[in-house]
Amino acid sequence: MTAELYGIAASDGIAIAKTYRLESPSLEFDKKSIDDPALEIERFHTAIAVSSEELELIKDQAEMQIGPKEAAIFGAHLMVLSDPELIGPITEKIENDLVNAEFALHEVSDMFMNIFASMDNDYMKERAADIKDVRNRVLAHLLGVKFPNPGLISEKVILLADDLTPSDTVQFNPEFIQGFVTEIGGRTSHSAILARTLEIPAVVGVKKLMASLSDETMLIIDGIEGKIIADPTEEQIELYKKRKIDFEDRKTALAALKDAPSVSADGFKVELAANIGSPKDVKSALENGAEAIGLFRTEFLYMGRDSFPTEEQQFEMYSEVLKAMGDKPTVARTLDIGGDKELSYLDLPKELNPFLGLRAIRLCLEMPDLFRTQLRALLRSSVHGNLKIMFPMIATLDEFRQAKQLFLEEQEKLATENIPFNNNIEVGIMVEIPSTAVMADLFAKEVDFFSIGTNDLIQYTMAADRMNENVSHLYQPFNPAILRMVKMVIDAAHKEGKWAGMCGEMAGEELAVPILLGLGLDEFSMSASSILKTRSMISSLSKAEMEKHTDSILALATAEDVKNYVSQLVDK
Amino acid sequence: MTEKQFTITDEAGMHARPASALVGTVSKFKSDIQLEYKGKKVNLKSILGVMSLGISSGSVVTISADGEDEDEAMAKIEEAMKAEGISN
Repeated sequence: MTAELYGIAASDGIAIAKTYRLESPSLEFDKKSIDDPALEIERFHTAIAVSSEELELIKDQAEMQIGPKEAAIFGAHLMVLSDPELIGPITEKIENDLVNAEFALHEVSDMFMNIFASMDNDYMKERAADIKDVRNRVLAHLLGVKFPNPGLISEKVILLADDLTPSDTVQFNPEFIQGFVTEIGGRTSHSAILARTLEIPAVVGVKKLMASLSDETMLIIDGIEGKIIADPTEEQIELYKKRKIDFEDRKTALAALKDAPSVSADGFKVELAANIGSPKDVKSALENGAEAIGLFRTEFLYMGRDSFPTEEQQFEMYSEVLKAMGDKPTVARTLDIGGDKELSYLDLPKELNPFLGLRAIRLCLEMPDLFRTQLRALLRSSVHGNLKIMFPMIATLDEFRQAKQLFLEEQEKLATENIPFNNNIEVGIMVEIPSTAVMADLFAKEVDFFSIGTNDLIQYTMAADRMNENVSHLYQPFNPAILRMVKMVIDAAHKEGKWAGMCGEMAGEELAVPILLGLGLDEFSMSASSILKTRSMISSLSKAEMEKHTDSILALATAEDVKNYVSQLVDK
Repeated sequence: MTEKQFTITDEAGMHARPASALVGTVSKFKSDIQLEYKGKKVNLKSILGVMSLGISSGSVVTISADGEDEDEAMAKIEEAMKAEGISN
């Protein structure tokens, strides 16, 4: 009968195969008194020697199968077998208490296992399993019972076990082992880590697993959801076969795109960038193939604390991001607080309409010291990478000029103080207020670049708060009014030889990307997890083809019309 | 007897790989070699002893060597610490 069990998704992927129960032999023994401790100690040393030989073999096999780094754990196991703090107390116990080797080994190894199991660090807790693994091998030799050998498996199976020990897992031949399911263990246990290394699916921590499932049961393992299905129906098998293929296709296709350029089918190159909120997001951005950071939201450095970050603290955080990005550009947006983003240590008057109030650049120009500190920290960090700076919420040219003036003054001060900075930092603006979009042709003469912030641009243009359910239907990214404004901004930039990017959620949307490509957008900045998908989409689109449709799209009357039009284009 | 302090800089603290490297290094020497951490002393030739301390990143440990080859042992310990990147 079909049964579904759930556990922790420990390694991605899907497999369908028969089960193979991997069970340890019984290692039960009685505590015995002995007469000849010398003989007992010799018996113990023999068991240690045989276990060491076996572990050497396993280590060699592991080095070949999964590499020296993963095999190093068996070096540590061998070291445990010769550990003076383990061997010494055991032989002493045999000698002084006149007990059998099995009992002495069990007592002493238990003491160490308890120490590790009680640590509050997950990694250390898992080490108790290492000691148990070594202990059981020696115990088996003392008792003269055979240890199971999963290396002998020669047909496709999904392994079921109470827990998989490291010496079990390396003997697996990945050709036959389709996945594994264990009753205990977590995401950081050996079995989970090795499954990810071998790229086979694994679900761990499945309660009552061994009591529920017998050998040779047909099983589906879904390592993405952390689910197993025993005795699946024909329909379930078909469904999961399809999911397995989809999963593998997606993985191969996307992985191949990580270091690939972002080029359309007809050879037009764009830049795909990531939006980040803190230095720790850089890693994931790069792993997802980001070619730049298109929006570094610096306000997060000001949040979750009880005073303003110092110039030095800011300098360090900006430098960290720039160093990690190397030659790749990082666009830092200066402080954007006020509105919905409040700081506990900055007492701002309550406003009736905070989204139309004192926020972002307006606040910075109102509090120039705060702004100058940030500009100085950014300038100093510029020697560590490829920095660009942009100001948020610019509504008038005057605001840009004032902000730029403060920037130039801080540059001059640093120069007088002989503090190094990059002299050629591009300074741009966010386009998120309709007045600026309309005046883009004049802005383009003075700024180095535009980055269109669609989230705010849409809500200001439509005068609709997207958080307000009563009007959220008016928050329409595909409204031709928005698209026309985006076109004005891109065209204005290009006319002056500048570049235009977009850092709102729209930049990674499936139906928006073809339109934006046709409009000639240079940089698309989005959450890191959307980059590879977007790169794949762009590679299948022709820029010239999309350009031909631009006029027709902009002449449509409603957001629905636009979506329908583009859906049909993409489906073709 | 010779003694030296080390600050553990590895983010994961004293985990299995560097601990094995360290134990492997000192096991070759005749001297009695101890590691002290938070008032607890363990035999540095014992991987279980070293790991059981749960030494975290940023901790300061004192290593002492006592015996005929103590100086040579300490030099190798410093080398191993650096090579493993757990201390500088």
